[in-house]
Amino acid sequence: MRGRESFVMALEALRVNRLRSALTMLGVIIGVLAVVVLVSVGTGAKDAVEKQISGLGTNIILVVPGQLTVGAAPTQSRLSLADVAYVRRVVGDPAKVTVSLQSGETVRVGRTEAFVTIIGTDQNLTNVFQRPLAKGRHLSETDVDTRRRVAVLGSEVAARMFGDVDPVGRQVSIAGARFRVVGVYATVGQTFGLSRDQEVHVPVTTAQRMLGVDRVNGLAVGASGPEEVEALQGRVVAALTERYPGEKFSAVTQTQLLGTIGSVLGMLTGVLAAIAGISLLVGGVGVSNIMLVSVRERTKEIGLRKALGARQRDVLAQFLIEAVLLTTIGGAIGIVLGVGGAVAIRSFTEVPATITWWSIALAFGVSAVVGVFFGVAPARRAGRLDPVVALRAE
Amino acid sequence: MTAPAPPAIEAVDLTRRYDLDGVSVEALRGVSLRIGQGEFAAIVGPSGSGKSTLMHLLGCLDRPTSGVLRINGVEMSGLSDTRLAELRNRTIGFVFQSFHLLARTTALDNVALPLVYWGVGRAERRERARTALESVGLGHRMGHRPSQMSGGEQQRVAIARALVGEPKVLLADEPTGNLDTRNGTEVMAILDRLNAESGVAVVLVTHEPEVAAHARRQIHVRDGRIELDTGAGGGP
Ligand SMILES: Nc1ncnc2c1ncn2[C@@H]1O[C@H](COP(=O)(O)OP(=O)(O)OP(=O)(O)O)[C@@H](O)[C@H]1O
Ligand SMILES: [Mg+2]
Repeated sequence: MRGRESFVMALEALRVNRLRSALTMLGVIIGVLAVVVLVSVGTGAKDAVEKQISGLGTNIILVVPGQLTVGAAPTQSRLSLADVAYVRRVVGDPAKVTVSLQSGETVRVGRTEAFVTIIGTDQNLTNVFQRPLAKGRHLSETDVDTRRRVAVLGSEVAARMFGDVDPVGRQVSIAGARFRVVGVYATVGQTFGLSRDQEVHVPVTTAQRMLGVDRVNGLAVGASGPEEVEALQGRVVAALTERYPGEKFSAVTQTQLLGTIGSVLGMLTGVLAAIAGISLLVGGVGVSNIMLVSVRERTKEIGLRKALGARQRDVLAQFLIEAVLLTTIGGAIGIVLGVGGAVAIRSFTEVPATITWWSIALAFGVSAVVGVFFGVAPARRAGRLDPVVALRAE
Repeated sequence: MTAPAPPAIEAVDLTRRYDLDGVSVEALRGVSLRIGQGEFAAIVGPSGSGKSTLMHLLGCLDRPTSGVLRINGVEMSGLSDTRLAELRNRTIGFVFQSFHLLARTTALDNVALPLVYWGVGRAERRERARTALESVGLGHRMGHRPSQMSGGEQQRVAIARALVGEPKVLLADEPTGNLDTRNGTEVMAILDRLNAESGVAVVLVTHEPEVAAHARRQIHVRDGRIELDTGAGGGP
């Protein structure tokens, strides 16, 4: 028998049992749908985080005391502004080093209060990070040197505290002290789930006095080119270690951060895909089940076909093709729905679902393999049926 | 061809035992027979005597417990599944008491089915199936499904299906068993004519003496043995 005949026969059998075929496909459809949607959500999240990191600026090196772990509380810092000056000498270009001292504080304007992240930094911030202004000016060297009580607001803080009023030149109270707003940043969005639009920047010297400390949390260095990044990273860490023997300092480059986050989220996507894959497998078990029922129901037909000259492998092919058709048609429908679902998620939610071709190809391939894998046992049973026994079946 | 054609069927000492839950039934206890090319034989005997069992063996639908069976000169034991299927497909035509047509399938496609396994192309299949249907007088029923035909018509479709591959032997197990007298007579007339015209050997099982009378040779089976064979030794 030719392949095309088996194919036509199998299609016919599926058509005759439309409802049952559709219900059997449902398991596969849901599995494939889940794979496509979850992988696109995972990939979208990864792309988004990578975009956020790239959006910080270019060729950035972050330096912190102790061990650097994303999300963990920073180690108690011993870095002071003197150390920052030291690093500036090591780097060579003082303008390429900026500093950060963070604290959560209450900000108040009139009766409006908000709890925000206060970041003490300096005039070099914009030489290292991308931080465009919407209004007013950045922090200046004089602001830092003279410990001025001035602040630059993130766009959300500005909107929340001042509404439609232009905040530049107005007063805000930060932890009880009065500050003058000199600028408002343009909206930049989130990094690691934290909105950078909810930050308030003040001179690092002012922040130190306000918090009663003489340390900083960390510093950031902007290399002038990608080829310089790694050498600079090594130099800074070595210099700090030399200054404080026996203590640990970590520096991480933007590229390394991208790599780490990328692999973590990639793994997460993989786990999601695996979970979805399990539901695909369950769909396959359903196919196997229905094929066994189908073989039993059609025992007489199988007996007749064999009596008329069907070989074992003709019958096997007929049922195997039926199973594979069930899973691949189901897979195709699942892909269409999955792509539609991903597009819907992207359009109607903030989750940046990205459709990936490999997940579609994989889902389709897996559903075909599932068809073969779960179809083969029932198909073999059909192929091995004894014609006389099968013909007598009721 | 210089060698004489082999007999259509040659069976030597066939036995068939069924083993069921420790109980064994000797359905056939040593049957030897020889059906010549183009012969017409009827197998008769009481219910349970082993007629169907014998027919299934002759049709290569079942394997004997012991004994030798040659179909058209080909020794059946030791044939692979594929070769057996080929034998059933090309050398033997089988007609069942209960027709066994595929429901939801037209008469034409039912008749063409054996040719599918022969690897014949669609156009030729349809052409040959049409010819076969016309030869049983059903040229006007080609698009009908089994449920849209009378029993007699269904059995004629089944006969057309058995003959579409131009077999050497046509085996029919009680072909008129499910038919009334008029339809039965019609089916027997077709078998008579096919046997006379195309020279296919016909072996049929029947309970009815009038049906058996169509055959020149009667083989009486009782308790799994041939009791009387009116054509034994002589041949055609
Ligand atoms: N699959 C089977 N398993 C066990 N025993 C069987 C099987 N098929 C037939 N038999 C037994 O073998 C014997 C012969 O059966 P068979 O069907 O050949 O009889 P038959 O001559 O065709 O009878 P009938 O005229 O009623 O059709 C019977 O005793 C029957 O019970
Ligand atoms: Mg019988």
